[in-house]
Amino acid sequence: MKEQLVLRVVAKCLIPPILIFGCYIITHGELSPGGGFQGGIVLASAFILHALIHGRATLHQAFPRNLWATIATIGALIFAGVGTYSLLRGGQFLDYGWIVPSHPAKGEPWGMTLVEYGVGLTVCSVMVLIYDMISEPAEDDPTVDEDSA
Amino acid sequence: MSLFATHANYWFAILIMMIGLYGIIAKRNLIKQAIALGIFQTGIFLFYVSMAVINGGTVPVWFLDEAGKKYAGPYDNPLPHCLMLTAIVVSVSVFAVAIAIIVNIKHAYGTIEEDEILNLEAEAAAGSEA
Amino acid sequence: MSEQLLVDIGLLTLVTALAIAAIEVRSLFGAAMLAGVYSLVMALEWTTLHAIDVAFTEAAVGAGISTVLLIGALVHVGRDEKKPRRRVDLRGLVVVGITGAFLVYGTLDMPAFGDPQAPVHTHRAVRLVEQQVGKLPGGPGERHAAVENAADTAFEPTSVVGSDPLDLVDDFAGHVPNMVTSVLATYRGYDTMFETVVILIAGMSMMLLLQRRRKDVR
Repeated sequence: MKEQLVLRVVAKCLIPPILIFGCYIITHGELSPGGGFQGGIVLASAFILHALIHGRATLHQAFPRNLWATIATIGALIFAGVGTYSLLRGGQFLDYGWIVPSHPAKGEPWGMTLVEYGVGLTVCSVMVLIYDMISEPAEDDPTVDEDSA
Repeated sequence: MSLFATHANYWFAILIMMIGLYGIIAKRNLIKQAIALGIFQTGIFLFYVSMAVINGGTVPVWFLDEAGKKYAGPYDNPLPHCLMLTAIVVSVSVFAVAIAIIVNIKHAYGTIEEDEILNLEAEAAAGSEA
Repeated sequence: MSEQLLVDIGLLTLVTALAIAAIEVRSLFGAAMLAGVYSLVMALEWTTLHAIDVAFTEAAVGAGISTVLLIGALVHVGRDEKKPRRRVDLRGLVVVGITGAFLVYGTLDMPAFGDPQAPVHTHRAVRLVEQQVGKLPGGPGERHAAVENAADTAFEPTSVVGSDPLDLVDDFAGHVPNMVTSVLATYRGYDTMFETVVILIAGMSMMLLLQRRRKDVR
C-alpha cells in the first residue's frame, strides 16, 4: 500500500501522535479514564498501522518477532516483580504500602503506576504479535501433518 | 410500564445473550460462531454494568467541583466496571485463539462449515476401519 | 421515563438489530464489519451508562483488534458462508427461548435499575469508593489507615512542586482519582496480574498455532 500517496502521508502524520497518545493513556491511567490495557492497545495500533502501510518486512526489520515476545514477557514480569518486591520487603504479595515504607500512602500510586506500565507493555506487544501472526500470507505448505484428514 | 422501566437493561442484556447463544447453536460456519460468542459475552458485560448504575450518579472518577473540594455526590459503583474490564480482555484473548484455531482447521480440512467437517471426519473414520 | 433511559433503550435497540444482522448476514466480510460497528455502538452504550473505562476498552478492543483479526482470518478462510439448509433453526429458537424465559423470570427479583439501596452498592463498594480497602494491621498498613482517615475530611491539593521528591502529581492525598484503576490495581490486583498472563498466553498460543513449518528449514 505504500504506493498510495495519500495513505502514506496520512499515516506518516498520524503515527507519532498515536504513539504519544498511547503513552499518555498509560501514564495517566490513574488520573483520568484509561490505564494499561487501553493505552497498550492504542500503542499497538500505531505499529499495526505502520505494518499495514509499509508492509510487514519493514516492521520485521525494526522489531523482529522475538523482540515482541520478549517485551511481552518482560511486562508480565514487571507486574509480578512489583509484587515480589513488596514480598521481599516483608509485606504481602502486591501490598504497595511496603514500596515506600516511610510513607505508605505514597507507595500506592508508585505501585499502581509500575504495574500499569507492565500491563501496557504486555498488551501492546501481544497485540502486535497477534496481528503479525494473522497476517502472514498463506504459504503452500500449511501446518498440517500428512496423515490427517 | 414501570416494570419495563426498572428492568429494561437486564432484559435487553438477556436478549443480546440469547442472540449470541442462538448464533452458536444454529450457525454452521465457525467464524459466525466466534462472532456470536463475542456477542454473547457483550450481553453479559451489559448485565453487570447495568447493575453498577446509580440514579443521579456520575462517572467513577474523583474530580474537584467549583469550590475546589472533592465532589461528594454519588459515584457509580466502580467494582463491576473493573470486573468487566478483565472480562473484555479475556474475551479478546479467547477470540484471538479461536481465530487461530479456525485458520488451522481451514488449512487442515479445506472448509470451515461444521457439517462438512463432521462428514470428512466420518468418512476418514469409516475409511480407516475398512 | 427519564431522558437517560430513553437514550439507553434507543441505543440498546440499535445494538440488538446490529447483533441479529451480524450473525445473519451471509457474507463473512459483512459480518466482520457489522461486528466492528456493533462494538462501537456498544461503546456508546457504555458511555451512556457512565462506564467510561469499559467504553474505552470495548472501543479499542472490539472495533480495533477484533476487526483486524477477523479480516486477517478472512484472507485465509474465504469471504462467504455456505447457504444454510433452512433459514431459521427451530430447535435452536426453542432452546434459546426457554433459556431466555428462565433468565427473565430470574431478573424479576432484582433491584430496580439505578436503585441506590441495591445490595451491590451498600456493602463493600462504599469502602472501595473511598479507597479504604485492603490495609494490613500492625504494619505500615496501620499508619496507612491513619493517613487515609486523616485525609478523608478534606481533599485539597497537598503538594507544592519540589517540596518532596516522592510527590507524584495527585491532588488527593495519596489516593488516585480514577477509582476503577485503583480497584483494578489494588483490591483486584491478583485478577489483573493473571489477566496479563492470560493475554501473554494468548499471544504465545497464536505464535505456536500459526507458525508455518516450511519445508526448507532455516
